Amino acid sequence: MKTKKQLLKNPTFQTVLASVLCIVLGLFIGFVVLLLINPAGAGTAIKTILLNWMTRGTTAARLKTLGNTIVKTAPLLLCALSVQFCYKVGLFNIGAAGQYVAGAGMCLYAALAWKLPWFVCILLAMAAGAFLGMISGALKAYQNVNEVISGIMLNWITLYTVNIILGGSSLTKDPASPYTVDLAASNPKGVIPSLGLEKLFSNNRFVTIAIPLAILIAVLVWVILNKTKFGYELRATGYNKEAARYAGMKEKKNIILTLMIGGALAAAGAAFFFLTGYEKWSTTQTSVPGMGFNGIAATFLGGLHPIGTIFSSYFIQHITDGGALIDKSIYPSQISDLISAIIIYLCAFVLFFKTTLTIRLARQEERTIERELEIKAEKGGDNE
Amino acid sequence: MTLLLQYTIIFASVLSLVALGGCFAEHSGVINLGLEGIMVMGALGGALAMKYLGAETPKLVMILVVSLSAIAFGVLYSSLLGFASINFKADQTLVGTAMNMLATAVATVIVRSLNTAEDPNNVSTTIQYINQKKAFLVNLNGFEFNWFMVMALCALIISTIVLYRTRFGLRLMACGENPQAADSVGINVYKMRWAGVLISGLLGGLGGIVYITAGVSEWKFEVGVAGFGFLALAVMIFGQWKPYRIGLAALLFGFFRALSNVYSGFPFLMALKLPGTIYNMMPYIISLIVLAFTSKNSAAPKAEGIPYDKGSR
Repeated sequence: MKTKKQLLKNPTFQTVLASVLCIVLGLFIGFVVLLLINPAGAGTAIKTILLNWMTRGTTAARLKTLGNTIVKTAPLLLCALSVQFCYKVGLFNIGAAGQYVAGAGMCLYAALAWKLPWFVCILLAMAAGAFLGMISGALKAYQNVNEVISGIMLNWITLYTVNIILGGSSLTKDPASPYTVDLAASNPKGVIPSLGLEKLFSNNRFVTIAIPLAILIAVLVWVILNKTKFGYELRATGYNKEAARYAGMKEKKNIILTLMIGGALAAAGAAFFFLTGYEKWSTTQTSVPGMGFNGIAATFLGGLHPIGTIFSSYFIQHITDGGALIDKSIYPSQISDLISAIIIYLCAFVLFFKTTLTIRLARQEERTIERELEIKAEKGGDNE
Repeated sequence: MTLLLQYTIIFASVLSLVALGGCFAEHSGVINLGLEGIMVMGALGGALAMKYLGAETPKLVMILVVSLSAIAFGVLYSSLLGFASINFKADQTLVGTAMNMLATAVATVIVRSLNTAEDPNNVSTTIQYINQKKAFLVNLNGFEFNWFMVMALCALIISTIVLYRTRFGLRLMACGENPQAADSVGINVYKMRWAGVLISGLLGGLGGIVYITAGVSEWKFEVGVAGFGFLALAVMIFGQWKPYRIGLAALLFGFFRALSNVYSGFPFLMALKLPGTIYNMMPYIISLIVLAFTSKNSAAPKAEGIPYDKGSR
């Protein structure tokens, strides 16, 4: 009994418990929606969403599908880290979606038009993302513009700009379709190497070193935020801007730097994805890709912890891909987006859940101590 | 020219309606970043009403039912924000973002399921209302007058009166400036904030249906409302949280949004040979520039974004 209570008091356990509750509730609501659309296949559909690659017939096909999901997890993880890094400093980086677009545009242009090798493309993409972050950061620091609103505006501006740039050159755009040209054919050096990793996923050539790199970056983010003076200063700025300034920290510089790092992370995510050649950029797309927004879901579901985010990013991508496998003649595949969105909404209650749990446990403890004291006092009375 | 004027006024109507919605929520102390989602839900409510009413419905009934349906959807949806951010003191930015994502997902799922149920080959997320839409329009010598324009103007006037001339409005604003002081004189802060959020749902929902009937006669719900809810927030900030200024700011932003619809009708704009996408970017660029110059000395309600806790000082 006592161990159970101690477990409940543990903040890490509380976070995991809250996330699991969010997932279960989100899935349950998703299931109800499926039932409302068509009760007959709802069970199979929710199973497909949950199982994703496990529904494939052969081991080879399973591994290949799992590989695809992991390929898409890397960019999601980096977008989530971008949101998380900024959130720890008290900034809500909804601009991650646009920084992701900027990264995609920059890395593809560098690889296709300039034929640069992959690592240069990644660095250039990060610079582009950091530049966008810098605009948001400078507007916030010097002109007090809410970073959420400037982020959204930049998302749309970036989307249109990238479409103009990638769509404008015959080096980047396939003349017969709205998509960019094939990366592997145009510039083999631009493809991120896989170093044999593809063999683990039945020769899925899109599985590259981008995946271990993404995990490495997650660990790096944790170290920077928690184990360095720089990270401490950033977090202090997030807790209390005025106090940080009073303690001699440059809070304006910190705000700009944070959003620049956030921008670079999201943009690196885009490079990690588009430089595998898994997907081409459609130069006629009229909505900002959801990767940055899903990053918000992953980061909160991951309990705002880089390591937790690795798992939550995989989970979000897992159900998104699972959603694409359900019977599309009955159910819309966007049901997964619906589940992710519900999960984020529920995540907003996590803080309340944790404080209530802690307060309740503390109260219970107080009561038991009081009772013990009373018993002791009574016993003392008997002895006299 | 008339076309430019017509589009400017209709887009300004959308922006002022939604910005007024944001204005009410923020004056009560809640930042409503979910306006984008509320617009989508309002648009969905209105579009579904048009779909099921059919084109033969009398004009007055059509206008009333569609507007009320959009408002009902908007108000219901905004209660998600009220519930989380007022009763559960959740992070308002996070809730707003979740609401925006949820609205597009919900609308997509609902519309697609309805479409596929009618015709298994139809996997689009589009609702058409070309004939139903005519109920809102009156042609005045080439200028397409829209009844929603009147509604937006009324909303502006009523908002000004409510905010500055009624007990309710002044109390609402007190809750956004200093909720502790408001509470100490017997105003129920939670109730006032709920009122602010629900009014923003009402205006945002109405704005949503106006937006999707402005200029087009079908809507693809996958795309949401393309950041228009956030443009409205920019209008609200540029308008310094004051209704009449919001009206003027909406006209300016509406003008730039209208340009992207009609630029091809102006020979001197075509002569510049800019890609059409540039005009699509205009409203966002303008709003960034405008925000950069107006946010510094902002008249934002002082307690906005901070959950009210009776126990805190």
